Order: sequence, then structure tokens, then C-alpha cells
Amino acid sequence: MDYSQFLAMKQEIGLLIVFLLVFLYDTFMPRTAYGKLPVFAALLMFAVTVCGIVCPSASASSLAFAGMYETNAVVAAIKNVLNIGVIIVLIQSVTWANSQPMEHRRGEFYELLLVTLFGMYLMISARHFLLFVIGLEAASLPLAAMVALDKNRYESHEAAVKYILTAVFSSAIFLMGISFVYGIAGSLYFETIYYALSVGESTLLIIAIAFVIAGVGFKLSLVPFHLWTADVYQGAPTSVTSYLSVISKGAAAFAFMVILAQVFGAVYSSVWEWMLYALIILTITVGNLFAIRQRNMKRFLAFSSVSQAGYIMLGIIAHNTMGVAAMIYYILVYIFSNLAAFGVIGAIENASGKVSMDDYRGLSKTNPKLSFAMMLAMFSLAGIPPFAGFFSKFFIFTGAINQGSVAIYVLVLIALINTIISLYYYLLVVKAMYISEDKCQIETFRSTCTERLGLWITVGGIIFLGIVSCVYSGLLDLTSVSDLSAYFIN
Amino acid sequence: MEITAIYYLIPSLIMFCCGVYGFITRRNMIAMLISLELMLNAVDVNFVVFNRFLFPEQMEGMFFTLFAIAIAAAETAVAIAIIINIFRSTRNVDVRGLNEMKF
Repeated sequence: MDYSQFLAMKQEIGLLIVFLLVFLYDTFMPRTAYGKLPVFAALLMFAVTVCGIVCPSASASSLAFAGMYETNAVVAAIKNVLNIGVIIVLIQSVTWANSQPMEHRRGEFYELLLVTLFGMYLMISARHFLLFVIGLEAASLPLAAMVALDKNRYESHEAAVKYILTAVFSSAIFLMGISFVYGIAGSLYFETIYYALSVGESTLLIIAIAFVIAGVGFKLSLVPFHLWTADVYQGAPTSVTSYLSVISKGAAAFAFMVILAQVFGAVYSSVWEWMLYALIILTITVGNLFAIRQRNMKRFLAFSSVSQAGYIMLGIIAHNTMGVAAMIYYILVYIFSNLAAFGVIGAIENASGKVSMDDYRGLSKTNPKLSFAMMLAMFSLAGIPPFAGFFSKFFIFTGAINQGSVAIYVLVLIALINTIISLYYYLLVVKAMYISEDKCQIETFRSTCTERLGLWITVGGIIFLGIVSCVYSGLLDLTSVSDLSAYFIN
Repeated sequence: MEITAIYYLIPSLIMFCCGVYGFITRRNMIAMLISLELMLNAVDVNFVVFNRFLFPEQMEGMFFTLFAIAIAAAETAVAIAIIINIFRSTRNVDVRGLNEMKF
């Protein structure tokens, strides 16, 4: 066996080292040093991310394990984006992890989090369905344990059982779809399936693709499969919710793109374009309409994230390299905007235990800085220029329109109209914080050092990611020279 | 009578549909978990049959089945642990009791 192929897995190995160090620290350090564990994990993650960005892998793709695993510049880029998100989540979770009810379990949170991230890496890099399924399960099973981490709250258990049952149900459907694909193509390698399918489609193939889309759609919470989202987001601890809503969703979106382009790319216009088309319209519209009536901030952001997933799917239906670049950029911006919102929610929850939108009335008078950060997050999520959210929506719409067909023009128009609906409910939060005259239920408090650091990073990202144009153009350069471009028609 | 692939595929499809039906109609969480197990086993049968009858020259489907069985076991373990947690706090395993959060 050629051991040098492990060198292709640089990022996975780095993550594994972080996991082992955190695990050893958790097991062997004396009790007095235990409180430093969250900071230790964040610093290690930071070091790995810096290494990943500073010494990038070669732009040519390298294969490992008989072609089951592939890494290239685009894959490395999305992994770096996820790493950045994880660092912010780790920084924001320090206060919660050091709180009294988490005292004996904080190690578990970090270990499970790193294991799920490893699973997502495998999902993104897999070029064989066996590795993909292992990654998918490694990414979703520990997440159920993380959702159930808050042992003293009943909601946490309820959320966890809803999550695990729907996750297993969806993965059973996904596996059924793969078994049909195997029956048609006779292989589980993405590349072999791609060529086997280019002869033409059959009824079984349509069923198989529907099953695969349904299975991954559960993880992404696309609309007919979104029913777990709000309950799980509400019941899970806030740090876990923020992780679930950005990192898990971003990784699943990219893996979804890889499957649809590299496995089913040959039957794009005949089979899965219209499936995804209907899903996107439903996802964006239903997500928006349900978000309007939510009063709990975490439920509200759950439905907001459902509709954001619909926008991310626009980058997949575009089926060109610009769509992929726009999708990665959208995920990056979404990580910053959503984590800013969750950072504020987490800080307020840690200080006062309140998560209802009604409690946020008049927040600008008692906590002006937190309200300001929340306002920027809402503006960015809604897509108001000059914040990063505007540019990410702009690029993803441009990518979709570049596909060229009239149907996609209509789709982008519907997405645009939905942006206006979403503006209404995002501004409801801003209105509650700034315009409402009521006496605020939340006392003035000073958030902890790590919470402030997390908010500074995310607010900085929201403001600068849109202005610093080299981020998007760099991604566009990466995708247009990558092997991915061979799978797209235009 | 020659036993062809279809004699295995129809039962596996029935198993899968029973699993889906059971998952939707059952109210006991353990029974729901058993239904899920039924669905996953139907997938395993599918893989083995496709491998054995259509593509016998390579063992890809068989290996996938081995991994799928292990993954199903892991899924059940996590789900059972969470259901036990629920049972400890509410003393029942009925999904109708899980209605604290909705809409």
C-alpha cells in the first residue's frame, strides 16, 4: 500500500490531530485546567485553519484510496470556509460551555463537534458512495447527541429524538436511492456512474434521483422535508443550533452539488432540473411565510435558514462554475451573518435566559451595541447593500441567470420577490429593537469577552466581505480552472 | 422454476414500504425504530441482490451492505440512548407526548 496518498488528506489529518489533542486534554489534564478547554480547542482550530489557508494544496486534484477520495483547490476552499465558521462557533460557545450545567460535559461538546466536522469533510471529498454514506452518518449521528446535550432541559431531549428519527428515516431513503443507482450503473464510483448514465434515462433512474434528493434534502431542510428544523433549532442549546444552521447546512449543500453535478450531471435537464426547480420555489416561499409568524427568535431563524437554503440551491440549479463559486461565497457570507445573529441571541440567553422576540422590544436603549450587531446581521440576511448579504445574493442570482433558459429567469424573479417578503420579517426584529417604545425586559448587561470577540469577527465579516472583492473573484478563478468545469455544459 | 432477481426485489420493496408505513403510523418510539430498521434492511437486500445477479464480477454491493449494517447499528444505539433519556424524564415512549414544541 502506498502511504503517500495520506498526504492528500492534509486537512482531515489536521482536524484529526486537533480532535486527539482535545480528547487527551479532556481526559488527562487536572481539574483546575479544565476551564481552559474551550479556548484550547478554539486556538487549535485557528492554527489548523491558518495552515490550511497559508499552504494551499495544488490546484490539480489528487486522488487517494483508489479514487474514493478526491481533493482539489475548490474542495480545500469550502473546507477552509467551514473551518472559519467552526472557529467562530467555538469562540461563541465558550461562555455557555463554561456555565455551571455544562461543567462535566464540556469536553463532549467539543469532541462531538470535531467528529461531525470530520464527517462533513469526508462527505465533501468523497468520490464513492460508500465513503459518502460514512461521512453523512458521521456528520449526522453525533449531531443528535449534541442536540441532546442539555440534559436538564426537556426540550433538548424532544428536539434530539425528532432529529434522530428524521435523520435515520432520511438516510434510509437516501440509501434506497443509492441501491437503485447501483442497480442501474453497476458501480458506486461517481465517475463510473456518470458515464453509465450518459446513455439515457429510465424510470428507475428518476425514482432513484428523487430518493437521493429527498435524502439529502432532509439534511438541508428543503421544504417538503423541513418539518424537523424549527423544533430542533428551538430545543437544541444555542451553540449547537448555530453550528447546525451554518456548518452542517453549508457542508451538505456543497456535497449535494457534488452529487448532482458529478454523478447525475448527464441527466441535468431531463431529470433533476425540474425537481430542484419545484423544491427551490417551495423552500424559499414556505420558509419565508412561516418565518413571519414566529415569536421565538430561534424558531424564527430556523425558518429564515430554510429559505436561505433555497437561495443556496440556486447555485446548484445554475449548473455552471459561476454558480459553484457564488454558492461557496454565499455559504461564507451566510456563516458570518447567521452567526452574528446567533451570537447576539446566545449572549442575551446566557445573561437573561430570554429568547422571545417580544422581549427584544426596546433593546436598543438597554443594550445598544448588541442591537446594532443584530441589526447588521438582519440587514445582511435580508440582502441590503452595502452589506455582504447583498453581494452574495447578487452573485448567486447572476450565476443562475447565466444558465440562460427562460424557466430560470422566472425562478430568479420568484426568488427576488421572496427577498422582499423576507425583508419584512427581518425588519420586524429591527423594529422591535429600535422603534418600539416599550420598557425593555432585558436589563443592561456586559457580555463576556469571548462573546464580544465573536461578534466583532462576524460584524467585521458582514461589513468587509462585500467590499473586499478579491474573495469572490478568487473563488471564481478557483472554480473555473478546476476539474468541476468538465461536468458543466456551459 | 428459476429464481431470478425479481423474486428478491419484490419482497425487499414490500419490506421498505412496510417500514415507511410503520414509521408514519406507529406511536411508540421503539416501534418506529423497528420500522426504520426494516427500511435499512430492505436496502441491504437490494444491494446484495443487485451485486449477486447483475454485477457478480465485483463485490462492491456486498461491502456496501456490510458497512450499511454497521451504520444501522450505530444509528439504533444513538436513537435508543436518546429515547431512554426521554423515558427517564417523562416516563413514556409515546410520540404523542412529544408536543412541547410545535408550529
